[in-house]
Formats: sequence, structure tokens, C-alpha cells
Amino acid sequence: MKCRTCRGPAIIELPRHNANFCAEHFLQMCRRQVEKAIHDHDMLQKTDRVLVAVSGGKDSLAVWDMLVELGYQADGLYIALGIGEYSEESREYTERFASERNLKLTVVSLRDDYGYDIPTATKVTGRVPCSACGMSKRHLFDKAAVDGGYDVVVTGHNLDDEAAVLFGNALRWDIEYLARQLPVLPSRHGFPKKVKPLIRLTEREMAAWCVIRGIDYIVEECPMAEGNRHIGYKEALNLLEEKSPGTKSSYYLGFLDRMVPVLATIAATGADSVTPCIRCGAPTGGEEGSVCAFCRLVERSAAHEPVSVELVRKKSRSQKRVQAEASKK
Amino acid sequence: MKVILRNPRREIEIDGRRRVHALLVELGLPRESHLVIRNGTLVPGDEELDKDDVIEIRPVISGGF
Repeated sequence: MKCRTCRGPAIIELPRHNANFCAEHFLQMCRRQVEKAIHDHDMLQKTDRVLVAVSGGKDSLAVWDMLVELGYQADGLYIALGIGEYSEESREYTERFASERNLKLTVVSLRDDYGYDIPTATKVTGRVPCSACGMSKRHLFDKAAVDGGYDVVVTGHNLDDEAAVLFGNALRWDIEYLARQLPVLPSRHGFPKKVKPLIRLTEREMAAWCVIRGIDYIVEECPMAEGNRHIGYKEALNLLEEKSPGTKSSYYLGFLDRMVPVLATIAATGADSVTPCIRCGAPTGGEEGSVCAFCRLVERSAAHEPVSVELVRKKSRSQKRVQAEASKK
Repeated sequence: MKVILRNPRREIEIDGRRRVHALLVELGLPRESHLVIRNGTLVPGDEELDKDDVIEIRPVISGGF
């Protein structure tokens, strides 16, 4: 198997590009895809102060690595979610990555700074864990960006993430969500600009980037996300991708090219009435004098006694598979 | 060969030589959602794995937001 660019020995095959690459030219391909996404969607300027939302996983560490390599001034923000050992390990990977590269990292702890954690918030709300987690992260990334004077927040959402969200939104025909599923959310109503430079790269490519670049990241899945619907969508799309390479990119990038313009008027009509939360001042979609969803979550969760991960976690397919393997022995 | 699987981490023994693609098929693991790593280096699908190799098969799907 030879590299498409230099004809040297390849280390990875990418069926969606009908190509194989050596390490050097694989990294080159990734950089070009990120530069193209940034350019095509006007994501970043070289003078921007960039805040990268980092989790200790492959995508956020890879995008931070790439942006620094491409010459952007990018700092990191890590949110300690209090999901047991998983959070402790992911924090260690993030802190090691930052200190080895002399990058600026800010850590916000839900438990220490706000008096709750994600398992407790999950128990209190009675909703899926990713709901409280996503809402907490969005609020705190926005706040850190505004307070810190950053021009833009970068997240590590990749092609698989976006294709899976699109798949879910399309299965439900959730037109408003479809209209807002954009790689760039402009700064408005007190919210910072948010961009996703990895939309042209897959999860497998991001994991490969980390292996080649020697980036250690948390490989284990979040114990609270295991078996969720989003992962099921990814698995379904990967089945299609195996049969027909390029399906995921044509699905999502075709959506951006051909459906987003159709949905533009719907996107423009949503969420124009925004008022400041009377507790924290963050913009919120409620009426004048209302409290934002984050402050309400903090109030309810901090009043509850701490809940362990095990109490609220679902048994995933991978756990069941391992149990099945063990029972056969 | 020794094969290290993740999520959760565990090890299995496979007898004899295999090509990477054949090993993934045998274990029922889709190529699109896994990387195969030997001594810290990625191994492409047509590479033959030796019976004495130590291989990590790393899943790449992550969930949640």
C-alpha cells in the first residue's frame, strides 16, 4: 500500500478519498482540510484570540494542536464535569498536553465552582446525561469567552459528529434544529462566535492525527454517554460508509451546500428576543426578568446531595458485549 | 498475537498470522470506527500481522456533546 502523494509506504487507507497516505502526507491532508473549512466558512482570522473548548479527547486536543501549528493564538478551556475517574483522567490528559506545549489552559470545575456535577444534575433533571452536560458546557464556554475577551470559541466537532446530528434532526424533521446546524454561529445577542474547524475530517482521521503526532488522549468513552442515541446514529452511518465510502461527507457537506441556503429564512427568524438572566447576566431566550436555564440547573443540582456515576449510568452495548464474552469463557 | 481492545481495556490472544483487515472482520469490528496500532504506529489494512505482535485495536467513536 503506497502513499498517494510520495509513493512511499502508507500507514493509513482512506476509502472516502480513494487514497492511502504516509504519516507526513496524511498530516498535510488534515491541515488542508482544516484550512479549507476555516477559509470557506470564514471561521477565523489570524489576529483572532481563540478559545478552544477542550475535553481531553482526540478531537479537541487535535484541533488545538492544529490551530497552534497553523499559527493561531489559541488558549484552552477545560470544564471538570465530575464524572468520576473519567473526568479525572481526561483532565490529566488535557493538562499534560497544555503544559508540554506551554499553552494557556483554564480549568473550571462544576463541583468546586458551582457546587454540582453531571451525575447529580442528571439525577435531578431526570433527563439524559448529555442534556445537562451540553447545557453546562455551552454556558460556561460562552461565559469564559465573553469574560476573557476572546473573539471566537472553537469546538472539536468533526464530520461524524455533524453527520450524526444531521441524521437525528432529519429523522425527526426538526426544521428549526436543521436550520441552525451550521459550522459557524456568529457572535450576537451577547453570545460569542463559535466555529467547528474539523467538519471536513472524520473521527478516525482525528484519532490517527493524535497517534501520529504523539498526542495522548482519553480513549475510553464517557461512561454517561455510552449507548446513547447519538452513538447509534454514528454506527448506522458507518455501516453506510463501509458500503459506500464518502457517504458521510457527501451527506453533511451536501447539506451545507444545498440545504442550508434553503433553510436560511427559518434560521434568521429564530431566537431574536433575548434578555439578560437576572442572576448571571448571560443572554437567555426567556421573558424580561427571567432566570436562565443554567442558573436554574445550578440551583436545583447544588441543593441535591452528590450522586455517583454508577447510580445514573446506563448499561451500554460495550459493557454487555464484555459481559457476554466473559460468560462464554 | 496479543490484541488489546478498549472500552473497556482488555486483552485477547489470536493464533497465527493475519492481515489487519481479516483480523477486524474476524472480531466483527468495522474499519471505519477503529484504528490498528503496533508499537505506537498505525498499521494499514493490507499489512500482515505476525503471531508475536502486540496490537492495539482502538475504537474512535465518541459520544455526547
